[in-house]
Amino acid sequence: MTIDLPFIWAGLIAFAVMAYVVLDGFDLGIGILFPFFRKKEDKDVMMNSVAPVWDGNETWLVLGGGGLLAAFPLAYAVILPALYAPIIAMLLGLVFRGVAFEYRWRTHRGQWFWNLAFAAGSLVAALSQGIVLGTLVQGIPVEGRAYAGGWWDWATPFSFMTGIAVAAGYVFLGAGWLVWKTEGALQSKALRIARNSGLATVVAMGIFSLWSPFKHPEYMERWFGWPTVIFSLIVPLGVLCFIWLGYTGYKRCDGPKLFFSALGLFVLGYVGIGISFYPYMVPHSLTIWDAAAPDDSLSFLLAGAVVLIPIILIYTAYAYWVFRGKVRASEGYH
Amino acid sequence: MFDSFSAEHLARAQFAFTVSFHIIFPAFSIGLASYLAVLEGLWLKTKDEVYLELFNFWKAIFAVAFGMGVVSGIVMSYEFGTNWSVFSDKAGPIIGPLMGYEVLSAFFLEAGFLGVMLFGLKRVGPKLHFLATLMVAVGTLFSAFWILSVNSWMQTPAGYGINDQGQFVPTDWWAAIFNPSFPYRLVHMVLAAYLTTSLVVGAVGAWHLLRKTAPRRASKMFSMAMWMAALVAPIQILAGDQHGLNTLEHQPVKVMAMEGHFESHPDGAPLILFGLPDQDEQTVDYALEIPKLSSLILKHDLNAPLQGLDTVPRDKQPPVAIVFWSFRVMVAIGFAILGLGLWSLYARWRKQLYDSPWLLRAAVVMGPSGFIAVLAGWVTTEVGRQPYTIYGLLETSQSLSPVAAPAVSASLTAFIIVYFTVFSAGVFYIFRLMDKLPRETDDEIADAPIRTATGLTGTPKGGAA
Repeated sequence: MTIDLPFIWAGLIAFAVMAYVVLDGFDLGIGILFPFFRKKEDKDVMMNSVAPVWDGNETWLVLGGGGLLAAFPLAYAVILPALYAPIIAMLLGLVFRGVAFEYRWRTHRGQWFWNLAFAAGSLVAALSQGIVLGTLVQGIPVEGRAYAGGWWDWATPFSFMTGIAVAAGYVFLGAGWLVWKTEGALQSKALRIARNSGLATVVAMGIFSLWSPFKHPEYMERWFGWPTVIFSLIVPLGVLCFIWLGYTGYKRCDGPKLFFSALGLFVLGYVGIGISFYPYMVPHSLTIWDAAAPDDSLSFLLAGAVVLIPIILIYTAYAYWVFRGKVRASEGYH
Repeated sequence: MFDSFSAEHLARAQFAFTVSFHIIFPAFSIGLASYLAVLEGLWLKTKDEVYLELFNFWKAIFAVAFGMGVVSGIVMSYEFGTNWSVFSDKAGPIIGPLMGYEVLSAFFLEAGFLGVMLFGLKRVGPKLHFLATLMVAVGTLFSAFWILSVNSWMQTPAGYGINDQGQFVPTDWWAAIFNPSFPYRLVHMVLAAYLTTSLVVGAVGAWHLLRKTAPRRASKMFSMAMWMAALVAPIQILAGDQHGLNTLEHQPVKVMAMEGHFESHPDGAPLILFGLPDQDEQTVDYALEIPKLSSLILKHDLNAPLQGLDTVPRDKQPPVAIVFWSFRVMVAIGFAILGLGLWSLYARWRKQLYDSPWLLRAAVVMGPSGFIAVLAGWVTTEVGRQPYTIYGLLETSQSLSPVAAPAVSASLTAFIIVYFTVFSAGVFYIFRLMDKLPRETDDEIADAPIRTATGLTGTPKGGAA
């Protein structure tokens, strides 16, 4: 029996992208929420709550992109030109919000600008990522070994809807994190935001689930055909469980419950999309096996990934553990 | 903007622009991460607070520079796909896994421990904190290892085959990673990063010595930096020479451009010191030459024949003037750094290291020179391998994404505006941090070892540190 390396790598990249979505998702969400908190001390606390970990969170995005280039170079070569504008917008957004973590502490006079850069950069990055998702769901046409569509094909009502949906979900994640990591008035406000953004997230997931089957007959078949229809029942049940978890978290002002409710909803949505996509790497054009690099490439990097990813998870968990507990404004070296 | 340019030129301009901005930050953070590890190690070993003060001072600067390196690096990791998708498809099976190893072994390591290093001293204690600092430093070096392996593979490909789809596929990973130019490039670049950082540290030390801000701290960092410059500059010149010989063996056309040799010289080639290369006429105007010296340097034989660009078709020649000049800028700065190092040794021997105003001023002026040399060196090697992305095998014009010129033009404009705004602000904040070396307290001055007691009056003398 031979090992199906492309399949394993598809799973690994899916894992990296999901790790990115939930980890950077909450710190992007905090960026989007920046303008809603007026007091400087509140902003300090919000930023300090993610400052020690944001860089590690964003590294998963590099692994997603780098892994795609390594394992599925053809998919990388097709998807990025197809998504040229949203990808560039995302990168520029990440530039602004990334440098804000340090710059904001380096100036009094210009602090407003970096507050704005942090918020706007986070929002642009979140919307762009959602648009990328929507465009993938719509499908990307390929001819030969290249993208065969136009430069604005990604811009549809559907992709803008997914952009907003992902941003709403990130806000929910970020608000849950804030309830977890803060106290007092900031926490109360974060709790209200968690409720509203949680509702928005659930509604957005509902719209997405009803709309996407009409984007392609294969999705309809996947969701209502045997045996995958079983998942169509399990996933909404899971969603209900996490909504209940979020509800109790809201009632008890319990940060971890709210955060894991948001995280669970993301994971379920992600699993649902995975079911719809399989076996495509570039929906409806290239399968996992069409796009895969040769086995020699896949096995070479897999050997390292098998050893290094568990180690990464251990020291990442350690870094989170070091900075556990409530965050205070005065903390930090600035 | 840029309406008259082709998509290829715009994509090349965009890559050159973004990678040039990017390389400045890693060149600094590779050296600075190691310097921070040395400072913290010395603090733990000697318990001398001056090292902790310097550590905290440079840590804040490191954080800003590292942040800029991260965000400009993420751009690079996606730009291969947005602008060079054909190259990505063809070269992905080889360079992808190498960059994957960079992410797994370097980026996560740096990012995972950066938070602990910046914010965690009180939470984890000095020993674990030192471990975190070491991990960040090791991470920057791993990163240099993998990305230079990728770049070197593109310059001197090895260990590959070509499959039915026209993709480069691995046949021997060991040969691909340790391809012929990689060891030379790695040594040359890491030394360059260390030298660049030592010049910055030396300039900041000299600046504060001139202003008498905190003499003990300033003299400590100045002394460390000048040791580094004096010791590493000669090694770097030797390493650069070896790298050049390696290039002559594997990419002779690049050396022809560096030397400005349009003509072949069957019995001994001259070294052209200066001149104006004219690619259309295939001559170097107003050339100032030393006969046969080029053959002596490159072949260790005055009369050794050297081929010129007349053996290369016009459309396979790199742009000679750029390579010719960037190479000279790099070499000139290299020797200027050597001169500064020797000067500092002389001043140290005369016990006047900290109060030779002209040496201190020279060190301040030389502060940014390492960055210029790094950029000039990269321009030499990257422009010198044109018109290829994978040397001799894949031309740049065949590597491009099928993206229309207006899209590339718009994104190039956006990158230029954003990078100049964001990174000039960052450089401004770094300058401001550099200017704020905390003054020494009375306690610290009282605790200071006797041998730097002269520092009390503001002008420490002698070879302390």
